[in-house]
Amino acid sequence: MLPELSLHILDIAENALRAGASSVGIDILADIAEDLLTIVITDDGCGMDEETLHQVADPFYTTRTTRKIGLGVPFFKQAAELSGGQLSILSDKGSGTKVTATFVLSSIDRMPLGDVASTMHILITTHEETDFSFLLTVRDDAGGKYVFEMRTEEMRTLLEEVPFHTPEVSAYIREYLTEHIKDVLQHTGKDTI
Amino acid sequence: MKSLEELKAIRERVQGQMNLRDESGTDTRVVIGMATCGIAAGARPVLNKFSDLVQEKNLTDIIVTQTGCAGMCRYEPIVDVFVPGEPQVTYIHMDPEKAERVFNEHLLHGKVVEEYLIPEKMQPVSAK
Repeated sequence: MLPELSLHILDIAENALRAGASSVGIDILADIAEDLLTIVITDDGCGMDEETLHQVADPFYTTRTTRKIGLGVPFFKQAAELSGGQLSILSDKGSGTKVTATFVLSSIDRMPLGDVASTMHILITTHEETDFSFLLTVRDDAGGKYVFEMRTEEMRTLLEEVPFHTPEVSAYIREYLTEHIKDVLQHTGKDTI
Repeated sequence: MKSLEELKAIRERVQGQMNLRDESGTDTRVVIGMATCGIAAGARPVLNKFSDLVQEKNLTDIIVTQTGCAGMCRYEPIVDVFVPGEPQVTYIHMDPEKAERVFNEHLLHGKVVEEYLIPEKMQPVSAK
């Protein structure tokens, strides 16, 4: 088991990258009124056929050849179901995969979201060529909606050929993410969720 | 609040420094295993630590990056250090404190931290 949902996001996004994705979307919605946390990870990688799709939630299924067990998806599914939510995967061979996990926000068995800034920072600075888009939304119970959206494409344009892993750039991205994510999450009424 | 526009100013500063250095094959690479096994064993804070230290010292010739599962899950978090012209060094059971020591002793001063090394018989074939 992974102790934070942000670690699951990192893990599932790594699957997407290993599937040859050139763009990966990470979308987090915390809906206080509905008491629901939804995490969607979308990629344009190689996708899976129906047979593979049926196997991915099986802890004894993996595509890797270095060991025989792949626990990423089953762990994420378990984390969702423990809180009263669920996990679903849509995939098309050749066009990509969409993993959707829902969690009951107030469930005592829901793992904390954890350090999403750190997850995004690692993905961005270690996969220079990949287009990541990150969307974080909080809906409070008074009907307010708070959003932080970030696209690496936009940053790449501003940076021209300077890579994301350049120390000064990397440090800035980390701070930028931390600050904006915290700013949106505070509307849940807590520092973090 | 920080704005992405500030990246422009950073770019201008950094571009000047970048042109001064030779790009090809001179970088040291620090590679952290980031598959489910690595993540579950605590690889993310290890990568963060290396990344923070490289940022603090503004070292443009060290690249912190990641890889998948090496098939030695019981040794995770695993960190491989590739210094140009030297054999690959594999550290096992890493944590942020050990990462700091590897950074200070190995990356800054070229001295391998023997006690965190993978046992000899488990060395990856490429390092033999």
